[in-house]
Amino acid sequence: MRITFPHMGNLYIVGRGLFEYLGVDVVIPPPISKRTLKLGIEHAQEFSCLPLKINIGNFIEAAELGADTIVMSGGVGPCRFGYYAQVEREILKDLGYQYDVIVIEPPDTHFSELLQKIKYLSNGKSLWQVARAIRFGWVKARALDIVEQKVQKVRPRESVKGAADHVYQWALNKIDLAGDVKGVLDVQKLALEKLEAIPQEKDKPVLKIAIVGEIYTILEPFVNLDIEKHLGRLGAEVNRSIYLSEWVNDHLFLGLARMRSGKEARKFASPYLRHFVGGHGQETVGSTVRYAHEGYHGVIQLAPLTCMPEIVAQSILPVVSERESIPVMTIYLDEQSGEAGLLTRLEAFIDLLYRKTDWKKENIK
Amino acid sequence: MKAYLGIDVGSVSTNLVLMDQEQRILQTVYIRTQGQPILSIKKCLAMVMRENPGIEVKGAGTTGSARQLAAVITGADSVKNEITAHAVAASAMVPGVQTVIEIGGQDSKLIILRDGIVTDFAMNTVCAAGTGSFLDQQAARLGIPIEEFGELALKSTLPVRIAGRCAVFAESDMIHKQQTGYAIEDIVAGLCEALVRNFLNNLGKGKQLLAPVVFQGGVAANPGMRDAFARALNTKIIVPEYYHVMGAFGAAILAKEEVARKNGTSFRGFGTANLDISAKSQECTGCPNRCEIVSIVNGSRILARWGDRCGKWSGLSSPGSIVKEKDLMHA
Repeated sequence: MRITFPHMGNLYIVGRGLFEYLGVDVVIPPPISKRTLKLGIEHAQEFSCLPLKINIGNFIEAAELGADTIVMSGGVGPCRFGYYAQVEREILKDLGYQYDVIVIEPPDTHFSELLQKIKYLSNGKSLWQVARAIRFGWVKARALDIVEQKVQKVRPRESVKGAADHVYQWALNKIDLAGDVKGVLDVQKLALEKLEAIPQEKDKPVLKIAIVGEIYTILEPFVNLDIEKHLGRLGAEVNRSIYLSEWVNDHLFLGLARMRSGKEARKFASPYLRHFVGGHGQETVGSTVRYAHEGYHGVIQLAPLTCMPEIVAQSILPVVSERESIPVMTIYLDEQSGEAGLLTRLEAFIDLLYRKTDWKKENIK
Repeated sequence: MKAYLGIDVGSVSTNLVLMDQEQRILQTVYIRTQGQPILSIKKCLAMVMRENPGIEVKGAGTTGSARQLAAVITGADSVKNEITAHAVAASAMVPGVQTVIEIGGQDSKLIILRDGIVTDFAMNTVCAAGTGSFLDQQAARLGIPIEEFGELALKSTLPVRIAGRCAVFAESDMIHKQQTGYAIEDIVAGLCEALVRNFLNNLGKGKQLLAPVVFQGGVAANPGMRDAFARALNTKIIVPEYYHVMGAFGAAILAKEEVARKNGTSFRGFGTANLDISAKSQECTGCPNRCEIVSIVNGSRILARWGDRCGKWSGLSSPGSIVKEKDLMHA
């Protein structure tokens, strides 16, 4: 059994850590590239959203490296992603790839099923060993997010453009290579020190921009055309409504770890949206409200084109934007998205926020 | 005489505005880009040199989709996106403007201002329905010069209903109406209404379009479109005198602001028009992304590079870059 799973931002580092800890043979698909996208577009339905197309590309490229088993998350509610695992299995079968597909439904709704599947995937390891592997994956996920959040703060202020990303790339690689918990924590500490040492223009006026929206598009830089780097270079500090470890905590640990949670975001969504609308639609609305309360200057909503939950959220956001007085811009992404068009919009949005902000008042705060 | 330059290099046209220190327009240039931005920038500069030989340029600004390229070539002081440039220009021409409609060759924009500050905007670059290129195409198909296309619409007594959501469907609907005998002016007027509907549906959703409304960009020359907007919004539509070069005008104003901040200009001078500047594109083989890197070169000297995801090539021009210059071919 050689396991693979789709890319989604830094997920591959966590996945590799977890499976290798259990002694499972794991094949990470090559980094998402134009070829991945091309393979996906060629074999997926035109009207399906971008995550499906890239998943397909990932799986084809992983098969070329010898993967034979896919671990894929399922989903509940109106978001189409819930049955993508099944659709992808059928497409791959038609193409002649002999994949065994294991669908992990969100554990907060199907916990016993999850245990069964883990048992199958873990090569008969004891639950204790599985728990230790999950903890190891968790430590990596936390380290990645802690380092990334620091990078997001340094990017807009660094004197030499690209310095923070240089350290970030180094840290990603080191965290991926670390073989035990101590190793991961050491890298985390060192990375934070290195980031702290980067020369920065501390008193430069910096805008705070939040990215909200659909999880895949906000976590995967290939899909969102590196929006965070662009915003950083334009002088904005970025925070996201979803970080990998928060998602893991919400769904796998039932929110037991004390940190920002989806539940909290959903609370903020009231009175604008009180219902689950699938995907992260409700969290998008709630997070926008929360970021407005936290004094952010603007919010950017990201979603794959035709994403239903985010369309629902988008239709509610103008009211949120007005009442909470926070500018919101929505960007849909698909294989047609061009970086030039994105940059023009980002620049215009940043200009809008700069000219609107009373920096004298801001400094007193 | 002292003046400021604004250059707007768009997909369809390249525009230049020469403005004096009191923001009065001295010269405007409007030429077709024809897929050759470098050549058109040089042409524009040469035209200024010819008409205003004694001019002393205090600052230069660029905007439009080729703003980076234009900035590298001319040594511009400010490089700004089209939204900001158009908003600044509209505010200067029509103080107190609250809504700016801009329709150019391949994209359209809606900018909402309150108290002179942009509070919201929308841009339509995915769909070409309703932009200048489509109107051009339809005028050509009907054998009517584009300049007369709009006038024709004003003669209509009963604009026919045309499906305006998509340029392809609009065209087939127009042909259908034409083949069943509707008057050509009614069809043209119907098309204008459909395009306005398309614009308002796509860009205007969720936004309050308050007067004064300024309409600019190449399509503002079309009286049929002006009329259709006036009817749809039930208000007067203001078309500024220099509606076709507002982006360049905005760029000139932004350049003036920037020069005042930083003292002095980095404008290379009109000699640029004679330089041997060209663009080369190469594929970087450093990772599977295979980015297409564009290098802007003057003879053998590299002025700028972009197109990379990781920033290792575009970062080269910034002093103190981490990556040292290497030959791209051996990356």
